[in-house]
Amino acid sequence: MAEAAAPAVDEPHPSRPPDETDLPAAAAEAPASTFAIYRALARAQVRAQASYRVSFALDLVSNVVFLGADLLTVLVVFQQVPVLAGFSLAEALLVFGLSSLAFSLADLAVGNIERMKHYVRTGLLDAVLIRPLGVLSQLVVLDIGLRRLGRVATGVAMLAFAANRAGVQATPANLLLLVIAPLAGAVFFGAVFVATATVAFWWVESGELSAALTYGGRDFTAYPMTIYGGWFRHLLAFGLGFGLVAYYPALILLDRPDPIGGPWWLGWCGPVLALAAAGVATLVWRTGVRHYRSTGS
Amino acid sequence: MGFITATADRLTIRNFTETARLIRTLGAAGFRRFSTYRQATVAATVTNSMFGFLRTYVMLAVAGSAAALGTQAAGYDAPRLVTYVWAGQGLIGVVLLWGWTDLADRIRSGDVVTDLLRPVHPVLGYLLPDLGRAAYALLTRFTVPIAVGALAFDMYWPQRAATYPMFAVSVVLATLVCFAGRFLVNAAAYWLLDSRGVLVAWAVCSGVLGGLYFPIRFLPEWAATALYLGTPFPSLLQVPLDVLVERDAAAGQLGLLALQACWAAVLLAACVAVQRRAERRLVVQGG
Repeated sequence: MAEAAAPAVDEPHPSRPPDETDLPAAAAEAPASTFAIYRALARAQVRAQASYRVSFALDLVSNVVFLGADLLTVLVVFQQVPVLAGFSLAEALLVFGLSSLAFSLADLAVGNIERMKHYVRTGLLDAVLIRPLGVLSQLVVLDIGLRRLGRVATGVAMLAFAANRAGVQATPANLLLLVIAPLAGAVFFGAVFVATATVAFWWVESGELSAALTYGGRDFTAYPMTIYGGWFRHLLAFGLGFGLVAYYPALILLDRPDPIGGPWWLGWCGPVLALAAAGVATLVWRTGVRHYRSTGS
Repeated sequence: MGFITATADRLTIRNFTETARLIRTLGAAGFRRFSTYRQATVAATVTNSMFGFLRTYVMLAVAGSAAALGTQAAGYDAPRLVTYVWAGQGLIGVVLLWGWTDLADRIRSGDVVTDLLRPVHPVLGYLLPDLGRAAYALLTRFTVPIAVGALAFDMYWPQRAATYPMFAVSVVLATLVCFAGRFLVNAAAYWLLDSRGVLVAWAVCSGVLGGLYFPIRFLPEWAATALYLGTPFPSLLQVPLDVLVERDAAAGQLGLLALQACWAAVLLAACVAVQRRAERRLVVQGG
């Protein structure tokens, strides 16, 4: 998609973005405001993708089916056994719903960044770097994941269904957590996406390595943590923080103590973790951009 | 812009020595090409191992819950499920489930024309290097996850000597089926140009219905039977894995191999037919 992914912006750029206090008249004089450029980039992308209709439709459907595949796995597993490591189907679905909504939001926002290695290898990143716009934000609009919208909608529906089935009490605190937890999880997953994509700056042929933590992290958070063993659980749940995305918030919603002995308030710590992760990811990204050497191709 | 008529149907392979040399040369080329992607191989095995851990814990939880009820999950005990998961992660790279867009890319760019000028049938010209690639993957991407799984968990090893050669045959057949499937979804680009959607559809179906996410026999029996007989997907991973963990008696294993062989024959024939149709309508874009 490299050809379609590089819609050249021919309009001249303003040397600085107009102040927010600029009057509409002033904005009309400078049509190529930063926002307008991003909008043009995004629109070109959407048009390019939608012009291959059959393929776009299949893509949209497949993305929902992908989520369906993970859901199917949970359902099939519970067809074999009524209880999985102490959790019933409804309870496990709540964990799954929180995890998949958080992940699909992050995937919608910054999921494209996993194409970084492609941009580095083909030299497209050089073109991105010389434009007077943010590098990360440009890469994000370069290949808009419009087709991922279906996944977010499905995720919301699934979480609502699971919360209902699992008998989550509609207290204000629970409702707040049902909103906060997916958002904090999305920021956290977004940070993981950006931080792992940065590997491509040093290691061009990193291939699917980042998938181990992005998609791997999603799969880890999709099940109650009681199923995982010893060091593996400690490393991912507490070492990397994946435990706070879905499992601990779900325990608060279900009003049950942690079978593996964590304190109850861990479920509210998601936003703190998300901010910390976003900070780390920003640092890693900045270091990466500074160390970028073109592949010369 | 011009019309390319099929040149590939011309019979150019005249004797056995020439065939053998062709297979050796193209196969070796595929092997060598992928052996240069060392970093990518390391990255892929790390990722496969990560998913190996994740899926193993899910399957062990299933086996544990089933054992507490005094049953077995669809006839697999815990060590069998561990072998199932890790060998499955290793086979992803051997059959190359996803990520092969060579043909689609060449159709988009128009480079596919040079494939038609070669004195080898295009299907064979892609198949032989792919087998070389699979041989390299067997040495690297298959062995590493097996070793990691064996170190971390209690694995099931085949008890009957005959299982090993049967597994080897099954892996070859799975690679053939997978190659043919990939070739066909790539060839959709002859008609659609942007084949991304078809490729994603293939990735979903081959993973879920192929037995990567969960053993197909976890499904109700009618659904499993329909998938085995009606679709090629279980032939990609499920069948070789069933053979390896000795889920069935020897006769059942042979039946599975026969099923795989049928799918390989059907799909490869479909590749040849599709390629012929495509050549009739191919209009090379650009200059």
